[in-house]
Amino acid sequence: MSSLFEFLLRQGDNALVLGHRVSEWCGHGPVLEEDIALANTALDLIGQTQLWLELAGEVEGAGRTADDLAYLRDAWDFRNVLMVELPNGENGRDYARTMMRQFLFDAFQVPWLDALSGSSDARVAGIATKSAKETRYHLERSRETVIALGDGTEESHDRMQSALDLLWPYAREVLQVDGVDEDMARDGIAPLPSEMSEAWEAEVHATLGAACLQAPEDPFVHKGGRTGARHTEHLGHMLATMQVLQRSYRGQVW
Amino acid sequence: MAQEWPLWEVFVRGQHGMSHRHVGSLHAPDAARAMKNARDVYTRRNEGESLWVVEAQHIVASSPDAKGPMFEPAHDKVYRHPSFYDLPDEAGNL
Repeated sequence: MSSLFEFLLRQGDNALVLGHRVSEWCGHGPVLEEDIALANTALDLIGQTQLWLELAGEVEGAGRTADDLAYLRDAWDFRNVLMVELPNGENGRDYARTMMRQFLFDAFQVPWLDALSGSSDARVAGIATKSAKETRYHLERSRETVIALGDGTEESHDRMQSALDLLWPYAREVLQVDGVDEDMARDGIAPLPSEMSEAWEAEVHATLGAACLQAPEDPFVHKGGRTGARHTEHLGHMLATMQVLQRSYRGQVW
Repeated sequence: MAQEWPLWEVFVRGQHGMSHRHVGSLHAPDAARAMKNARDVYTRRNEGESLWVVEAQHIVASSPDAKGPMFEPAHDKVYRHPSFYDLPDEAGNL
């Protein structure tokens, strides 16, 4: 598997898996306005997925389309970070966890896509430039929500703090570096994800401060999603729902 | 404490040079969030390029009870419409 293909899967799978998780809220949002905003976010992410995975299929050169990659791969072939595959909550509907996860992801994605806009690969730069605008809006919204709920009532504060405690050990997987990243950096296709650390930490700590939330101090980071070494048990369940139609009726189209 | 967020009225301008048009309403905790909600609820299909939101309580509305004195006097004054002129064909559509 080429490093570029692997790199593109990581971009596409982050967007796909988070997009699907967010889409699970459709029709269940806490208020109509939030429901529609979440659906918009999910659609943006699925749109970005389409672009990344289409290019991945092209680079792989085995004739696979974006749909083939999204719907016909198994959990161990996915290259998303673990945080995005975690369920939306114990009952599937924890708004605190959903918005905290969105914020922690957006805080990386904004500087990351900005950096990718200067990629030596024009196709990568094009997708990043288009996605960056959407993602900047996602961050504005998720940041605002984290602050409003963190600095809200006692209950909303406690629920945001629990969400942060749970997600924190997963949050920094996006900043990890392996051989694929080194290949990308050497070819000028992407910077090392670790170069986003400063921007990420600044955004996260400023926002958590304003939200009266306390980041845990333990530096432990759950890894394995983006390299494909291991996923959580949740991804398989999610894919079963997401892929059932294409698995049951291969090649069905609208 | 009120359980519902305040109501906001949303106005969208479709294109440059047109006026903002009322498109509906939504709930939001404050002005900044009302603007974002308006963006998400009312402009997702490319409807506009400018948004106004105003908290509904700041809009002064005419009372339905005052409909008679407010609007009926205009009903029988057809001469207020410029429809009594013969337009020369050369004028085209005015």
